Amino acid sequence: MALLEIRNVVRRFASFTAVDGVSLSIEVGEFFTLLGPSGCGKTTLLRMIAGFDAPDEGDLLLDGQSLRGIPPEQRPIHTVFQSYALFPHLTVAENVAFPLRMAKVVPDEIRRRVQEALASVHLLEKQKHLPHELSGGQKQRVALARGLVNRPRLLLLDEPLGALDAKLREDMQMELINLQKTVGVTFIFVTHSQAEALALSHRIAVMNQGRVEQLDEPSRLYGFPRNRFVADFIGKINMLDATVTAVAADRLLLEVAGVGAVSAPLKAGVQSGQTGVFAVRPEQVQLLAEHADAPAAANEVRGRILDFLYIGDVTTYLVQLSDGTRLEALLPNSAPGRAKFFEAGDPVILRWSAEVGVFLHE
Amino acid sequence: MRRSAVLWSVSLAVYAFLYLPLVVVVVYSFNDSRLNAEWVGFTLHWYRVLFSDDEMLGAGANSLLIAFVSATFATLLGTMAGIAMHRFRLRALPLLVITPVAMPEILLGVSLLIFFVQVLNFTLGLFSVLIAHITFCVGFVAIVVRARLAGMDESIFEAARDLGATPWQTFRRVTFPLILPGVIAGALMAFTLSIDDFVITFFTAGVGVHTLPLQIYSMIKIAVTPEVNAVSTLLMTLTLGLIILASRFAPDALKGAA
Repeated sequence: MALLEIRNVVRRFASFTAVDGVSLSIEVGEFFTLLGPSGCGKTTLLRMIAGFDAPDEGDLLLDGQSLRGIPPEQRPIHTVFQSYALFPHLTVAENVAFPLRMAKVVPDEIRRRVQEALASVHLLEKQKHLPHELSGGQKQRVALARGLVNRPRLLLLDEPLGALDAKLREDMQMELINLQKTVGVTFIFVTHSQAEALALSHRIAVMNQGRVEQLDEPSRLYGFPRNRFVADFIGKINMLDATVTAVAADRLLLEVAGVGAVSAPLKAGVQSGQTGVFAVRPEQVQLLAEHADAPAAANEVRGRILDFLYIGDVTTYLVQLSDGTRLEALLPNSAPGRAKFFEAGDPVILRWSAEVGVFLHE
Repeated sequence: MRRSAVLWSVSLAVYAFLYLPLVVVVVYSFNDSRLNAEWVGFTLHWYRVLFSDDEMLGAGANSLLIAFVSATFATLLGTMAGIAMHRFRLRALPLLVITPVAMPEILLGVSLLIFFVQVLNFTLGLFSVLIAHITFCVGFVAIVVRARLAGMDESIFEAARDLGATPWQTFRRVTFPLILPGVIAGALMAFTLSIDDFVITFFTAGVGVHTLPLQIYSMIKIAVTPEVNAVSTLLMTLTLGLIILASRFAPDALKGAA
């Protein structure tokens, strides 16, 4: 049985529907992520799980028991808030002890478990400090220790890394993954950052306008986006208008604007004559210097470098095709001393394998 | 340079205008003369007279009692009102709570008088004074408490619930400790406002009860005696002390209220 089952949950506010018929089931020990742009309903859903809000329709079940009417304090679910929400008048140790004290754990046991929890987030030496004396990363770790100390069935994390700077965020991501592995508590993580979601999660539900657009493992979500929204939201992708000209036994034949005939992987439910977009990731597009005797191949098009962006590990090239269509291609800068291969204005050939790219009609 | 010189002299003049009369009162309370005319010499005689004046002592005791009781009730009600104004985005409540603060005292005094006498058919006395004082103090406490809450991260109250605290435990363990400085500041303000209130007390006391400000007024109808200076000095010291104490507890809240 799933740990948490979300059944057809709908939540309406005065003029709009924040959550519009979401069904999900979250398994024990999972690192589950709700990913979406702001206003997609992920936070509303989280608040309903925590008990600060209630669904208008549908139900939430924890271990098969409905959560309807159960106030937040009686749910074995704790939250790490975006603002950390540490109690400003209590020391670090008292903050961490709070849930144990509320649960009427005996003082000796409280002391032991607070020490244990603070040790797990490397903050033993800060236990006598007040929250305002801590850095952002330290506050974050106190909030985590406080959320985990009473061993909830489920820990909800509401954009917990949003307020940290880039370097710290990366370190915290590692710590989060390790922490989750060690404590074995199920995490539901809410974020608008696709990079964070891909790095941390076992499974991701991509949300948009109150609905789940796609539910998948990170690599499936990135490799096989179900529709344009997901393709565009997760990572970078080139999208070109396309029409299906034929459905072969092992591939799709497309007529792609600005490119011409393209073979793409088969996709269930696609029929000849359908229109949509052909989507291919920049790192799947090979970039070759043009020379006159280059043999023509399938899935290939000529263009000129319009611009490039050097990011260190890779360089992104923006290529313009003869009809004005623009495509991005990614080249790794792994060869020493060769920071870039092409200059603006260079004629190039773009080529990709028939196994990559995806046709999206939604 | 010139502009700041002008500014300085103007503000000095204003402060002198405000505080010089108070200094005069204090100085003359130690003057060894019956008249507030010229400085004769230092004495504590008028304070001795004051502390053997039974009428004055009775009025002082009344004032302290009224101030203590009305500050207690106003703090209780005002704290609840402040929390309610913060938590529920109501339009009417702030208006209801704050109106007595903004309304001219004379108006409040007269309307309370009419209310007690004609509507409730009450005998004016200690009880009516208490009700009146609580009425105008509640707003001040509510403002200070709300100001204290306004700067706070809302999610800490949700965090308390989330971590297993009932609404009552959330109030006791989180909300109350955090607003306590505001509550104390509000209580001190209420006490100060009550103890030196004249206008509203004048209308609602009737003949039954005398407070310190009423007593001083009835004495200066005859003449401003050095005894009046002495009692004014004591009242001033107490009030000033309480205000300083209140500003220690909630410097920001007090700024918003004043």
